[in-house]
Amino acid sequence: MGWTRKDLLGLEDLSKEEITLILDTADSFKEVSTREIKKVPALRGKTVVNLFYEPSTRTRVSFEVAAKRLSADVINIATETSSVKKGETLIDTGANIEALKVDIIVMRHNYSGAAIMLAKHVKASVVNAGDGWHEHPTQALLDMFTLREKLGKIEGLNVTIVGDIAHSRVARSNIWGLTKLGAKVTVCAPEMLIPPGIEEMGAKVSHDIDDALRNADAVNVLRMQFERDDGDAFPKQLEYFKNFGITEERLAKVKKNIIVMHPGPINRGIEMSSEVADGANSVILEQVTNGIAVRMAVLFLVAQANENIKHEDAD
Amino acid sequence: MKMLIKNGRVIDPANKIDEIYDILIENSKIARIAKDIKPNGAEVIDASGKIVIPGLVDMHVHLREPGREDKETVATGTFAALCGGVTSCLAMPNTNPAMDSGENIKLLNGIIKDTAKNNVFIAGAITKAREGKELTDIKILKKEGAVAITEDGSSVDSEDLMLDALKKAAGEKVLVISHCEDKSLSGRGCVNRGFISTRMGLRGISKESEFTRVARDIELALKAKARIHIAHVSCKESVDLIAKAKKKGAQVTAETAPHYFSLDETLLLGYDSNLKMNPPLRTKADIAAIKAGLKDGTIDAIASDHAPHTENEKQIEFDRAEFGVVGLETELAAAITELIDMGVLSWIELVKKISYNPAQILGIDKGTLAQGADADIAIISPGEEWAVTKESMHSKSKNSAFLGRKLKGVVEYTILAGKIVYKREG
Repeated sequence: MGWTRKDLLGLEDLSKEEITLILDTADSFKEVSTREIKKVPALRGKTVVNLFYEPSTRTRVSFEVAAKRLSADVINIATETSSVKKGETLIDTGANIEALKVDIIVMRHNYSGAAIMLAKHVKASVVNAGDGWHEHPTQALLDMFTLREKLGKIEGLNVTIVGDIAHSRVARSNIWGLTKLGAKVTVCAPEMLIPPGIEEMGAKVSHDIDDALRNADAVNVLRMQFERDDGDAFPKQLEYFKNFGITEERLAKVKKNIIVMHPGPINRGIEMSSEVADGANSVILEQVTNGIAVRMAVLFLVAQANENIKHEDAD
Repeated sequence: MKMLIKNGRVIDPANKIDEIYDILIENSKIARIAKDIKPNGAEVIDASGKIVIPGLVDMHVHLREPGREDKETVATGTFAALCGGVTSCLAMPNTNPAMDSGENIKLLNGIIKDTAKNNVFIAGAITKAREGKELTDIKILKKEGAVAITEDGSSVDSEDLMLDALKKAAGEKVLVISHCEDKSLSGRGCVNRGFISTRMGLRGISKESEFTRVARDIELALKAKARIHIAHVSCKESVDLIAKAKKKGAQVTAETAPHYFSLDETLLLGYDSNLKMNPPLRTKADIAAIKAGLKDGTIDAIASDHAPHTENEKQIEFDRAEFGVVGLETELAAAITELIDMGVLSWIELVKKISYNPAQILGIDKGTLAQGADADIAIISPGEEWAVTKESMHSKSKNSAFLGRKLKGVVEYTILAGKIVYKREG
């Protein structure tokens, strides 16, 4: 089965086969980054726009590197320098970018659903680089890629996601992706950070981190944004670290080879200790490396599918 | 000027009529309902195979004028109403300026006199500038023509103030309509709180934010010995509370809107902001409870909560899009599709909810085809299906929750005070 979607908007709608196809494609692209000349001509002549409505360094850079290794031309648009601040609507911005004959728009947006909306209004491929609290599909894909690389499979794994689940697009995409591939997901956080109905997405809920880590093959530690000032309830920082922080003492009591992941940037001493972040179980930097291969795969697949869609339209 | 509507299936719940009759109209009033009335020079409308009902009385309409004429005006909104068979509507007071003084109601009455295409009744605000701080002068609002007061769009948070409003309104025999929402619970939510809000990554609006306020306002009405009408009921818990209160003898009535018995929250997964309204679409179980509430009489009325917004206010990120949907042109068809066709209500029951009861609740002389009544009539082809599209709509705004759907029931004629004011195109 091939990839037929113009866009990658989330993992909720993808089948197990589609997710596996992305991971397999990423496998074949990973080697490119180890070459002396780190470039393949797969997207030569294509233009990728990184449209970022939220400050982001690592995701944007990762997409930029991925696109460049595929020989695409890359343009970065950040809100600070664009007409977005002048009140242009997202649909108008999309139309203007499309008028530049762009092939792929990679968008990060602070509002949930923004990528879905943009994708409906442009013929270019849209890759969701994170929308509000909704989805961050490439992050979940690189998490799964890393897990699969380390443990050989996803099916049957116990994966615990700890942190601010309520406000996390990374958590949502991981739950969809991991459960589709047969992993068992536990989300762990204080009650106020667990969104309602999360069990219906297929995750088990725990408020006890030691319990949630007991059988875990991997733990994905989310960034805690204590600087949030949106009026939503939030725990106290020190109390959070005491009750939910990932420390060596906690890891000493669980599976020896538990994999520790983090989407970055890490708050050392807040969601995990420095020792854990830099320790033997941590794969945090490998996630960053794998992110490039996964994003190369996504850019390649959506571009190819969109070519086919355009050819069909022309026929 | 005489008109004769021949051979239609006449539905008039006030007189328990559901039978083929002729209706003779003379001097803007219903002169006679009988079999085989001879034309004698009257203009004849052949209503064979059609259903003839008293024009709809929609007790929840935002006409937006004065203040937001870019969304809707009295002229455009009331014309859209006629297209939907609505001959009377209650204009909500959250205009700019709000309907919080005699002077402002005079202003609106002037606009209505000059431009309205159907009967517009006015609801006044409960508090000045709808700020929830100081009561309006209910006596003056009534004197200038307000038939009800409501803070619609928000709820009066202060219990003392709401109690006071209910007492004063009872004294003036003015109906209080309550928009039930505890903002401290609903906050910045924009879809039903639960699996759907979590899945979409949006803040939720809990059912508690609605039904705790329903409970409070019913209690306050009992205390004040006042009547209260609960607007736009969206969830099962509210239906249950209202049923309980009615059993206890509280003077409570309630309305729901077609989207709350037609559409459920799962439709929101594509982030279509034309499905964003407040209260939000709820679950399939809530829809079932609303339908049961309509059937057993807990919910007295169906009203559109017609809330026009411009494309610019809707075609933006879901979080930022305005709450509200238009409904004047789809309420009858949605009700036929969901309630008649699904066997929830009989025709006589539906007409009761959509014409007769709202008129009774508002204390206005409408909603019946009795001899001597104003000849406000809708003639409909109940079995005909049509597609709701932007092009099919006459309201200035096109933000319908039913866009892209097929509904049953086409308005053939709308008659206002004995004159044909709308005739189906083509």
